[in-house]
Amino acid sequence: MKNFNYKNLGKNALFVNLAAVFVLFIVLFALVATGILSRYLTSILILILVMIIMSTSLNIATGFLGQLHLGHAAFMGIGAYTASLLGILLRDAIASDILLFIISTIGAMVLAGIAGLLIGWPALRLKGDYLGIMTLGFGEIVKTIITNMKGLTNGAQGLYGIPKIMNFPTAFWTTVFVVTLIFLFMNSRHGRAILSIREDEIASESVGINISRYKLLGFVIASMFAAVGGSIFAFNIGFIAPQSFNFLRSVEIFVIVVLGGMGSLTGSIVASIVLVSLPELLREFSSYRYLLYSSLLVTMMLFRPQGLMGTKEFNLQKLLPKRFTEDDDLYDSKGSDS
Amino acid sequence: MDLFIEQLINGLNTGSIYALIAVGYTMVYGIIRLINFAHGEIMMFGAYFAFIFAFMMPFELPFLVVIVITMIFAALMGMLIERVAYKRLRTAPRISALITAIGMSLFLQNLALLIFGATPWVMKPLISTEPIVIGNFSIARLTVLTIGLSIFFMVLLTLFVRKTKPGKAMRAVSQDKEAAVLMGINVNRIISLTFALGSALGALAGVFYAMQYTNVESTLGVLPGLKAFVAAVFGGIGNITGAMIGGYLIGIIETFVKAYISSKWVDAIVFGLLILTLLFKPSGLLGKNEKEKV
Repeated sequence: MKNFNYKNLGKNALFVNLAAVFVLFIVLFALVATGILSRYLTSILILILVMIIMSTSLNIATGFLGQLHLGHAAFMGIGAYTASLLGILLRDAIASDILLFIISTIGAMVLAGIAGLLIGWPALRLKGDYLGIMTLGFGEIVKTIITNMKGLTNGAQGLYGIPKIMNFPTAFWTTVFVVTLIFLFMNSRHGRAILSIREDEIASESVGINISRYKLLGFVIASMFAAVGGSIFAFNIGFIAPQSFNFLRSVEIFVIVVLGGMGSLTGSIVASIVLVSLPELLREFSSYRYLLYSSLLVTMMLFRPQGLMGTKEFNLQKLLPKRFTEDDDLYDSKGSDS
Repeated sequence: MDLFIEQLINGLNTGSIYALIAVGYTMVYGIIRLINFAHGEIMMFGAYFAFIFAFMMPFELPFLVVIVITMIFAALMGMLIERVAYKRLRTAPRISALITAIGMSLFLQNLALLIFGATPWVMKPLISTEPIVIGNFSIARLTVLTIGLSIFFMVLLTLFVRKTKPGKAMRAVSQDKEAAVLMGINVNRIISLTFALGSALGALAGVFYAMQYTNVESTLGVLPGLKAFVAAVFGGIGNITGAMIGGYLIGIIETFVKAYISSKWVDAIVFGLLILTLLFKPSGLLGKNEKEKV
């Protein structure tokens, strides 16, 4: 044990990055609260946060586990519909907005987790393109089910009257919470087991990693966090329709993961910010949005298939002056640039 | 009983379209192990080409000429796509190639949106709408033509693959690319040829589809493309006969579900069938199992 020393804080990557996140929050919150960012821009900001959750969670299945997953939007849809229905049902019973959000979201996560199990189980038998096609088919099935359960979901017209309880701080801290959880998970023993499956399935099986269990775990966790994204999305807009969670949305999330780098959470975050805000910045080109996405995707695959960040993570700690991060004694060094 | 036969004919009609598209998927998969997601978009462009050649030319072309020109243009387009996007990725990891195919599909859709506009073009009938009456049965001329021409072209393709030299080369490349090169086969040319043939048949399907559903729009190829893919998997991907059988089966199943169960659940049932096929017989009806080597 060491005595508390401000110098040592600089060695803790999690602390440094969270501190930066906190500063970012204060800046953004000040902009939102003083009205410098209009309602519309705040809504875009929340959409960016939703896409960060969606892309980092898809990154677990696609980037770290290495499984092609083309139905992530379906889980977002399951989450959004479950959370909205719970929100509508419980809005009178629970006075606190945040509590209502948390309870609805947990419900959404449970249901999406079960759906994730349903898709993870067949995923154990399939690989590559076949798995991609299966998840795509699953997405279409979920969309059809949502559309046809008219009594519950109001069908293709969409669900109205969802309490608009989302505000910027809740969305922001939920996102930070989710991303931190995913980050910690991926850096744990379980995360490394998942990574080894991507690198070589047969080799990791031969060193005693339970492939089936970890694949299922990866899919279930990805699905549960996708539900959080869906929940924020629904409570922010107050209206959802099955078309919001179609194949195109899955592809959009997928593009973000691929562009950011499969296996890089920070890459996903950067790509989410860029790809959501870019079409908004270039309003006059908004009809070219998907043309841009698709050309980016193809060019990226042809010239830089590993994505912007590859599998590397961006770490603010590296930007700090040396005197904060350098270790005093060599024995303590675990190689901060690993 | 009349209803049953009517539905069977409808099923064969839809099935012909699926089979034509599925053949394209399966040929490309057989030869370079790539799911060509852009195939549905070639079908969509085929529908637009047919519209342009049929209605926007200064002189009127006969229907068969329209179809042939459309198929030629689609073939060129398929070859171009392969050359631009897929050729460089032949040795890349399969996931990269697949992502490129998805990107290409989205790109073509949006390109069509840009060139042809968002409002659907309404296809006028290209052939006489007067039905053919046999006894107390009447069949739309279009249905007869769809089924007839589809079968004609598929038989032609099968003969081409089985009996001609380029067809033999195609089978050789799909079995073992390296060995095919050693035997003096120009693999690049054979792959181009595969894309050309598959795209031409896909475009033909697009023309029939557009004539039946009348609206030609940029998303026209998405759903039939996906379902034809299901058909290809169902029949055993990589196997041309399997794709044809799969196409007809999916078409007939879909029509019967629509007629006797519910039209709302068709998509869910077709995709459910896909998942079940993948789970219990991933190699499909006629496909071969590939063993994984360590």
